[in-house]
Amino acid sequence: MSDSNKILEELTQSDYKYGFVTNIENESAPKGLSEDTVRFISAKKNEPQWLLDWRLKAFRHWLTLETPTWANVTFPAIDYQDIIYYSAPKQKVTLNSLDEIDPELRATFEKLGISLDEQKRLSGVAVDAVIDSVSITTTFKVKLSELGIIFCSMSEAVHEHPELVKKYLGTVVPITDNYFTALNSAVFSDGSFCYIPKGVRCPMELSTYFRINAANTGQFERTLLIADEGSHVSYLEGCTAPMRDENQLHAAVVELISMERAEIKYSTVQNWYPGDKNGKGGIYNFVTKRGICAGDHAKISWTQVETGSAITWKYPSVILKGDYSIGEFYSVAVTNNMQQADTGTKMIHIGKNTRSRIVSKGISAGKSQNSYRGLVEVKPRAINSRNFSQCDSLLMGDQCGAHTFPYIEVGNPSSIVEHEATTSKIGEDQVFYCNQRGIDTEKAVALIVNGYCKEVLNQLPMEFAVEAQKLLAISLEGSVG
Amino acid sequence: MLSIKNLQARVEEKEILKGINLEVKAGEVHAIMGPNGSGKSTLASILAGRETYEVTGGSITFEGKDLLELSPEDRAREGVFLAFQYPVEIPGVSTINFLKTAVNAIREYRGEEAMDAVSFLKMMKEKTKVVEIDETLLKRSLNEGFSGGEKKRNEIFQMAMLEPKLAVLDETDSGLDIDALKIVANGVNKLRSKNNAVIVVTHYQRLLDYIVPDYVHVLYNGRIVKSGTKELALELEAKGYDWIKNENTAV
Ligand SMILES: Nc1ncnc2c1ncn2[C@@H]1O[C@H](COP(=O)(O)OP(=O)(O)O)[C@@H](O)[C@H]1O
Ligand SMILES: [Mg+2]
Repeated sequence: MSDSNKILEELTQSDYKYGFVTNIENESAPKGLSEDTVRFISAKKNEPQWLLDWRLKAFRHWLTLETPTWANVTFPAIDYQDIIYYSAPKQKVTLNSLDEIDPELRATFEKLGISLDEQKRLSGVAVDAVIDSVSITTTFKVKLSELGIIFCSMSEAVHEHPELVKKYLGTVVPITDNYFTALNSAVFSDGSFCYIPKGVRCPMELSTYFRINAANTGQFERTLLIADEGSHVSYLEGCTAPMRDENQLHAAVVELISMERAEIKYSTVQNWYPGDKNGKGGIYNFVTKRGICAGDHAKISWTQVETGSAITWKYPSVILKGDYSIGEFYSVAVTNNMQQADTGTKMIHIGKNTRSRIVSKGISAGKSQNSYRGLVEVKPRAINSRNFSQCDSLLMGDQCGAHTFPYIEVGNPSSIVEHEATTSKIGEDQVFYCNQRGIDTEKAVALIVNGYCKEVLNQLPMEFAVEAQKLLAISLEGSVG
Repeated sequence: MLSIKNLQARVEEKEILKGINLEVKAGEVHAIMGPNGSGKSTLASILAGRETYEVTGGSITFEGKDLLELSPEDRAREGVFLAFQYPVEIPGVSTINFLKTAVNAIREYRGEEAMDAVSFLKMMKEKTKVVEIDETLLKRSLNEGFSGGEKKRNEIFQMAMLEPKLAVLDETDSGLDIDALKIVANGVNKLRSKNNAVIVVTHYQRLLDYIVPDYVHVLYNGRIVKSGTKELALELEAKGYDWIKNENTAV
């Protein structure tokens, strides 16, 4: 092995700083998955019959499906009977004030850098925190409700706003969409719900923070976000998990609905535990995210910074149904050590004059595998549509892999689809140039990587961008080629 | 300040430097000239700590320290600066951001506090005047899409910002038109003082009309084969490099 690869290897080995476990009392379902599990969860949440029926339908459909194998990832078969499908911190779920939160829990969030009260109030971010299966608290509810904005846990929405949930749940991502959406629909435990009424610009960032804490537990949350005509919302999602030797499954579903002239900006900083450097443990992050631009001039923009998880399988997509609607996907996916990522997007152009833009920056280090997989489909009636895709891969060292799988289908002659792809290595000469100006190799790599990802990081709301830059540096500590 | 003794170096199996001796004192400007492939850039790179070159013998002392023992970043922090013959592009990183990182890394090494944004910008404004560089250039990605002249000017700007004790300019004149050459030379002259030293590596004597050296050395085939004052550069210009080549094959 060359010297530079040795340096790279040393540099890429760093510790996951969110790997602690919180000792809180849990209430769990017994291990395993059957109709009884589904009924148990539904009963725990005191759900209406229609939702139980919906779950059971999903479960029965799931039984007929096989694990998909088309992604460029490998993992041993998952034993679905060895997972706990419901685990909730044992405290009453409806809180009258933040002061009622279990101090352990509160400390957990403080450790994660999320203050649930005063600090966040000042910085103007409304937070919904989901730990294991249950939403713990949603801040700022009163202030938001004055504008007619609903921002609450999914469980609460089922009871408080059943007409909205019933109308939209499963309309963008049908329960039959794929293996993991069927599973999620059967056993989802909580998640966030958000509705922005007509013409309202949400005055603050909305944020959900996901935390898996309990062992052997799967996390199956569901997010539903509806931006009514002419409204605007920016939504952030963050996630972490303890270090455990076993793999844990996270199979979430996110549905976005953007009506006429509405705009949704959805940002994710995904930092689930990636496993150790030998590939032991880590989260299987099998997530389905999709949005629909339902009306004319609607816009949906996905931004993701993916640094965690043992395996990431995720394609935030946009269905461009309304004429003149816009879909965007900005992604940074970092894999290190033994991590595997197969991520990208789908842009489905249905309306006329629709536009989409894809910017994907993959960074692979260690022995990891990093794939971009993207579909751009322009339907025959989507005349005058445009797509531009830029897919760049950056390699650190010579033991990792970067792959690009673009699928392009253009159904009419007036539309233009452009795809550009590059693969590069962090140059030894770039690092040396930095060294020569007094910048050590670790900082040099962080600087170069942040520069490489700039176009994507620029899309993130300010305070997330800073966070994401640090995260990139930590994820790649020591990777120089 | 700098003392190079019998320096020998190779890359892979190829011997490039075959025993270089050079003494540079504070306040001096030395020019190193020589035909292409004689080892000028190799010498500059070794001073900066590039690992591609293996030092097989000799020593380099800088301000009493064994330079070869120091990492490239520590050499920079000790005050060694190299203006690259081929400056590297770093997409997405502006010169401003790059230099801020560099300045603060150097300050940290020296036990000084990080520079705040205001003082940094103030310093930047002053230095842009010295080297007559356009501020908009400094906001763009480092060296990306820069013309040859802009890259070289940017190197000199970086030198001005980092205030090194020893600056090594590797063919900073190549690819510059006469106006750009004057600006670069003028920048270097303004930064000259009795406390710092400059080594100007050049192929042509043209630059030396503007940066007047105290000593001129001719590097040929891995050795310094002639040393003298600035008149040597003129003689070299008049007689051409064949003069050196013939003289040295004759021996
Ligand atoms: N990285 C390298 N690998 C192989 N040969 C090299 C390398 N760098 C320089 N050389 C060789 O060493 C000799 C000196 O090169 P260099 O120092 O660049 O000369 P100069 O700067 O005087 O033109 C040349 O023959 C060149 O081909
Ligand atoms: Mg050279």
